[in-house]
Amino acid sequence: MTTSTAPPALSVRDLSVVFRTPTRVVHAVDGLSYDIAAGEVLAVVGESGCGKSVTSTAVMGLLPPTASVGGSIRLGGRELVGADERELRDVRGREIAMIFQEPMTSLNPVLTIGRQVGEVLRRHQGIGRREARERAVDLLDLVGIPAPAQRARDYPHQLSGGMRQRVMIAIAIACDPAVLIADEPTTALDVTVQAGILEVLQSLRERLGTAIVLITHDLGVVADIADRVLVMYAGRGVEQAPVGELFDAPRHPYTRGLLGAVPVPGRRRAEDGRGRLQEIPGLVPSLTEQPDRCTFQPRCSYADARCGERRPALRALRERDERNEGYEEGERSGTERHEAACWHPVPVRPVLSEHPEGAERSDDAECSGTERSEGAECSEGAECSAECSGAEPSESAEHPEHPERPGQEAAS
Amino acid sequence: MTAAVAPAQPSRDDAVLDISGLVRHFTGPAGTVRAVDGVSLSIGRGEIVGLVGESGSGKSTVGRCAVRLDRPTAGQVTINGRDVTRLSKRALRPLRKDFHLVFQDPSSSLDPRMTVGAIVGQPLRLHRLASGDALRDRVAALLAQVGLRPELARRRPHELSGGQRQRVSIARALSVDPQLLVADEPTSALDVSVQASVLNLLADLQRERRFGCLFITHDLAAVEYLADRIAVMYLGQLVEQAPAAELFADPKHPYTQALLSAAPVPDPAAQRSRARIVLSGELPSPLDPPSGCRFHTRCPLAVDRCRTEPPALRWLAEGGGRRQVSCHLVADDGTAPDASGRGAAPGAPAPEDASAR
Amino acid sequence: MSAASTTLPAAEERERAPLAPLSRLRLLTRNKLALTGAVAAAVLVLIAVCAPLIAPYDPARPDFAAALHEPGWAHWLGTDDLGRDQLSRVVYGVRASLQIGLLAVALAFAAGVPLGLIAGYYGRFADSVVSRLTDTLLAFPFLVLAVGLATILGPSLLNATIAVGVSQIPAVIRITRAETLRLKHLDYVAAAVANGGGDGTVLFRHILPGALSALTVQATVGIPTAIIGEALLSFLGLGVQPPSPSLGVMLSSAQAYIAAAPWMAVFPGLAIIAATLAFNLLGDGLRDILDPQGDSR
Repeated sequence: MTTSTAPPALSVRDLSVVFRTPTRVVHAVDGLSYDIAAGEVLAVVGESGCGKSVTSTAVMGLLPPTASVGGSIRLGGRELVGADERELRDVRGREIAMIFQEPMTSLNPVLTIGRQVGEVLRRHQGIGRREARERAVDLLDLVGIPAPAQRARDYPHQLSGGMRQRVMIAIAIACDPAVLIADEPTTALDVTVQAGILEVLQSLRERLGTAIVLITHDLGVVADIADRVLVMYAGRGVEQAPVGELFDAPRHPYTRGLLGAVPVPGRRRAEDGRGRLQEIPGLVPSLTEQPDRCTFQPRCSYADARCGERRPALRALRERDERNEGYEEGERSGTERHEAACWHPVPVRPVLSEHPEGAERSDDAECSGTERSEGAECSEGAECSAECSGAEPSESAEHPEHPERPGQEAAS
Repeated sequence: MTAAVAPAQPSRDDAVLDISGLVRHFTGPAGTVRAVDGVSLSIGRGEIVGLVGESGSGKSTVGRCAVRLDRPTAGQVTINGRDVTRLSKRALRPLRKDFHLVFQDPSSSLDPRMTVGAIVGQPLRLHRLASGDALRDRVAALLAQVGLRPELARRRPHELSGGQRQRVSIARALSVDPQLLVADEPTSALDVSVQASVLNLLADLQRERRFGCLFITHDLAAVEYLADRIAVMYLGQLVEQAPAAELFADPKHPYTQALLSAAPVPDPAAQRSRARIVLSGELPSPLDPPSGCRFHTRCPLAVDRCRTEPPALRWLAEGGGRRQVSCHLVADDGTAPDASGRGAAPGAPAPEDASAR
Repeated sequence: MSAASTTLPAAEERERAPLAPLSRLRLLTRNKLALTGAVAAAVLVLIAVCAPLIAPYDPARPDFAAALHEPGWAHWLGTDDLGRDQLSRVVYGVRASLQIGLLAVALAFAAGVPLGLIAGYYGRFADSVVSRLTDTLLAFPFLVLAVGLATILGPSLLNATIAVGVSQIPAVIRITRAETLRLKHLDYVAAAVANGGGDGTVLFRHILPGALSALTVQATVGIPTAIIGEALLSFLGLGVQPPSPSLGVMLSSAQAYIAAAPWMAVFPGLAIIAATLAFNLLGDGLRDILDPQGDSR
């Protein structure tokens, strides 16, 4: 963990990315803020289209010209929003680097990997060809490529997917950047290969103190190496917390739904239909508008009138907020803080893990059964949750302070 | 390769699907790719069998051979007691209402030019089970069963979300009420929360209709959730087969152990205290698979015998003879070595191993 | 490193708005060049159909008193060496060219599409035979092949059409075969087989409709090629026989008077260019538009 006094390696404030095409406007990222300190792994989690990849592309300054970026991205004291291309080129690779999901498309097929790693070094550090070659072999060794001196003479197509991703990491860290952005680095890989890549990232953070922004949809990967997690939904950050706390006590209903949707070891569907995975009814909203409300409200079973009228900001929650009385600034500071953008954060329960979501929420099973046709997909969302909330005695019992809740969907 | 039929294995006549000694080789300019090399597997009525493996293990080829979208090089595929291995395309057509499959990517498995209604109704039409208004009603009922609004029947696939498309694909597969469903990675192209709803849907439909299901996936958590029995493939061969709970609690084959240990679990505390077996080396080429045990090049426990003598997939006495494993190092009574190098059985909690990662 | 993967955020779990049938048409109107091509092609077709109404004179009747007239009020595009009205001849020439173009393309498709489907879908022996045939035909340049065939068949309008059509067959086979090969490995074709569909269902319900957009483009590109082919054959005396009007015949007879009466060559030439350009632009535009996803694959 990091000390909260050190300045963050990367600080994103109120970032917004808007794509404008002749036919429509897409608010891909909307008011996103996060900090990451040296040696820290921040996982940015969300489903496709939530803006997690656009965010990192914006940080790298690699967005196409149709995108307009607002807010602030500070990298070690330097502002990147509005910086010109030459300045960005200088920063890229030297202070911030990125690895992608598919390493094959990012590697030049006609150059040996040793040459490709060496070229980054020569470009940024102005060292000679021979020295670059030696350093390249060292880097390949660092990312766990066996027999690096021989492998350096190989071409990308001679390597397996896992090895190519290691080469990409070697190129990315060649100039010892302060921040490494890893965009779904293991998604295209098999689990046994993924394990190796995660170990490489882990060791980079420990040995070089690299700050790593890990973009992923895989909660298992998050649980494995992240220190802190930022959950994104429809272009906005909805929850941010230290990894243990996020998994133990998710406070945003979306995070809670996401965690309940993943099968966990030891949990099996039961013959009678209990032990179901939790579903999030409805569909992701269109990003063409920027509503002044909670974007999750149409799909949220906790939503009330306020959620449909005012947009909740990502703010710190009071530690162990049992009473759940809306917002309260927490005592904890910096990276230890647990933040959620929700008017009704889910209360912390003593031992969540002993109560698997589905088993406990019998109403949920009823809601998403196959008989009920609209349940899992209706785009209006509100009508689904209205339907669900009618049959939700156990949920209401958990929230004695919101007796009026079930009725509100109708209003939305 | 074929072992004697054991008690818990559904007998040949009882099985919806029986694959025995399946071989599928692809001959190309670079040589012969031995994609599947002697796989035997049975699925009973109403049973979900998970087929797990990494890319290149041949699991999808097994699935395609099982529904005869691909022609096996050797071996036998029996569906409902009928040998379909060598049947011609024409002879297979009327039988196809008994087995169907769901593809991985719903955006490529639905014809972009057809409406959802036409897609879902196609099997019914081709098997002449319904037409006209009756067809329309059946399609509407099927859409409702997979949780889609009936008016989506007029839409085209590209107007739907990924999850909705996969539901359409499931509705199509189940429209003729098959007794066997092969699902080839049905959730891997989907988002987490959508995966959950598709898994739930498959579980619900299977409970209602009791079809046998071959669930092919690389997602261990999903297969544990859904499957009754799990078979693990490595480089074209089965290495282990066991009831789901037993396989996860006590994997016998070193590859299964490595696979289970490598899949991260969504629980930071548990994940960080787990021992992880990192396999050395690369997946060998199926053009020239290793001699002896195919896993010996990466197995941390391999001995000389593994390099020369291919192990047979045999039944273990342990657990009432419901487990199969192909490893020289696993004793007949089920005593298995531990690839993580620890004394305790893998999967059992080991408090001291935080350093083993 | 590149921003290859980042254009617009892809949203899988979003239901897309249904594409109205009209919006395809709107796409065409937004593409300026394609629209120009479509309008020009429509005008040409209209001219061809209404030729007897438009043409002010009989295109074949000589009027020696008015020979080699410059363009003027009486004869907008002038007259040729025999005093025939150039405007009427161009109008009828366009008619002949389009006729041959369309018929030749229809012939090429009638033969090429089934062969391409068979070669692509069944593979093996059928594929080797068909592919060998196309390779042999493609070894000759299109025009050389057309000239050769027309020479063998003898000069006549019908034979010119056959020659031009046959020389387009290999291109049609090639495109159909390539599309079939691409489509037959798609999951939805496998799904059709799993649905209990036979070869007929797969070929005509899934593969042919899938190949249709590529074939439409090929057709619009084939028409101008055929027009040029016709012009060349007629120019060489292997196509339309004088005194029937044809753009190629007109160019041929203009040769002798290129200095004295340049309009004799200019206007038929312009007509050929216009027809070629119109269909090519239309073809390019259709290529962008004819895609069910509304974006490139």
